[in-house]
Amino acid sequence: MKTEDLVCLLSTGAEAVDLRLPSRRWLLALASGALIAFLLTAGLLKLNPALWHETSKPMFWVRESYCAVLGVFGFITVVRLARPGLRLGLAPMGIPVAVIAMWILAVVTLAAASPQTRARLILGHTAGVCPFLIALVAAPLLIALLWVMRSLAPTRLRWAGAASGFTAGSIGALVYSLHCPELAAPFLGIWYLLGMLIPTAVGAWLGPQLLRW
Amino acid sequence: MLPSLTGDAASYRTFLDELTTHLRSYLRRRLGSLPDEVEDLLQELLLVVHNKRHTYDPKQPLTAWVQAIARYKLVDLLRRRSRGDVLTDPLDEDDQIFATTASDAAEAQYDVAKLLRGLPDRQRLPILYVKIEGASVTDTAVRTGMSESAVKVGIHRGLKALAERIRRIG
Repeated sequence: MKTEDLVCLLSTGAEAVDLRLPSRRWLLALASGALIAFLLTAGLLKLNPALWHETSKPMFWVRESYCAVLGVFGFITVVRLARPGLRLGLAPMGIPVAVIAMWILAVVTLAAASPQTRARLILGHTAGVCPFLIALVAAPLLIALLWVMRSLAPTRLRWAGAASGFTAGSIGALVYSLHCPELAAPFLGIWYLLGMLIPTAVGAWLGPQLLRW
Repeated sequence: MLPSLTGDAASYRTFLDELTTHLRSYLRRRLGSLPDEVEDLLQELLLVVHNKRHTYDPKQPLTAWVQAIARYKLVDLLRRRSRGDVLTDPLDEDDQIFATTASDAAEAQYDVAKLLRGLPDRQRLPILYVKIEGASVTDTAVRTGMSESAVKVGIHRGLKALAERIRRIG
């Protein structure tokens, strides 16, 4: 076929394009992914019975903000990576800033604690399972985000996959925190972060395979 | 680009024509060693620009969007070439005979019309009637016995499948 014939084919009867389609798909992916993540947490892991009581502690809100802020920066990065030719801007830099802030808080907490309690602050009661459970809860979010990413046009596939994974991980951690009894900053800076990095690695691995167009 | 996204076929046609000119010279500069690929990649690019036009953000410069797509597809092609060359080398000699006899440089090596024939009817017929014969969606729905939304979906999926097939060939 001649190129001009193809141009003719493409322009004939071309329908109007809905430019809000990507935003709608992203919101749908976040909502459905988060809902399944919540059902997994509430059904499989059970909500923390002391949840209501813990909302009065400042560290509860530090933990929720930590996950939420990482999720927001991750999501902005995801949205930008899904469109060709968009600059990433400063949003990705917010991620290391938030992590370093948590690490500073962790060091301060450890320094203020007595030597006997330090191990407990780092390991909590659930260090062995926490990262894997966060990855599990994040899985539906990762699938939903990659699904939408596939329908758009990422040009940096590994980064697009990794950013989807990190966003899924941090929103997954936010949902998982409704089950999790841990509130110590050292714990959050290590095991929560690891939990977010598992889906990030999975996303980076899947990106070049799933997102090609 | 913006008026052409609102379903105005004439301005969309103008946009694609201008895009063709720009992309052809861009690809000729980049694909100096693979002149046979220029028209192939150009057609693939036009298809993906069309299929992915919902990813254009009206706030961003159009050139940045087009450039990023062109660069992505160019890198993809060169990567496939460097990987597949060993296997396709004997065939390349035959290819060149045909390439030199191609009278019109603006013709791709694969035939979109032929690729179209490989699509299932629910995608092929809507594309044939609406996009090639210029019939309306309503008439096509009557002729094929499909619903109007099924006709639109058929066109959309069919063009995506075409781009996918071209990518596999290249």
